[in-house]
Amino acid sequence: MAEHVRTAREKAAFKKELTEVVPHLRAFARGLCGRADMADDLVQEALLKAWAAQARFEPGTSMRAWTFVILRNAYLTDMRRNRFRGEYDESVAERILTAPADQEEPIHLSDMHRALLSLPTERREALLLVGAGGFSYEEAAEICGCAIGTIKSRVGRARAALNTMLDEGDIPKRSNEDGVAHREIMSELQQITRGDRDEVSD
Amino acid sequence: MVSNVTSAERDGTLSSRNMGLEKDKSGRETRKPQSESNPERGETAASPPDWADGLKQLYDAVVEEPLPDSFKDLLAQLDEQDEDSPSSSSNK
Repeated sequence: MAEHVRTAREKAAFKKELTEVVPHLRAFARGLCGRADMADDLVQEALLKAWAAQARFEPGTSMRAWTFVILRNAYLTDMRRNRFRGEYDESVAERILTAPADQEEPIHLSDMHRALLSLPTERREALLLVGAGGFSYEEAAEICGCAIGTIKSRVGRARAALNTMLDEGDIPKRSNEDGVAHREIMSELQQITRGDRDEVSD
Repeated sequence: MVSNVTSAERDGTLSSRNMGLEKDKSGRETRKPQSESNPERGETAASPPDWADGLKQLYDAVVEEPLPDSFKDLLAQLDEQDEDSPSSSSNK
């Protein structure tokens, strides 16, 4: 494909949109890797990549979705290099916890964050995209490069795992991954035996 | 005429879908005495769990954080590294 020479106006529009999605990139990254400093490094990396690849962005399409793909790929690459290990940053949760909560029975957000970080990456990102980022299943599937059904099942399993962990108040401390894996298998089994999938009609 | 049919059709589709969903879950009627006996079963797929809101809160809390200076610097630098023409950029 021929490199489209971008006008100054197009570049300015691109930069404006890119600037606007930075807070969302930070939120997504924070949910993915848990640690604020690493998340911000990741966002910076993604921004540089997005800027370098701006000729591939189609104006009029979702900048948030486009940059999330870049961020996600950067995260997965870094994961493979073992830069992140789903580490949990106490201070992040502490700060978030100071945010006013309207509920009578406030959720322990630090618990939730820790439970979230204990999920396998694919389920965590699926739940973040749909449950926190407000993407549709279809958009999330496009971002992750998989089928809609796959996203639905990942979100479903992530929800089931969080339900189990948070209901029982049984959240892994830091890297107690065996316990989580066991719990997830159990919740999956529960789902299968109950057969409560969206598509099933009888 | 045509519009009547269409709207009736649409209504029919919507209501049948709702009914279908309700039937799937309870079989006949939603009149199980489960609220007292065991509220922790998590059978009500319609209502989001307590933590669903917390997930959004975690996300939104970061979205609403003021942007650190490092990002403003980075965004400012993007133009400079891209364009070599000295227009109005302050030399640094």
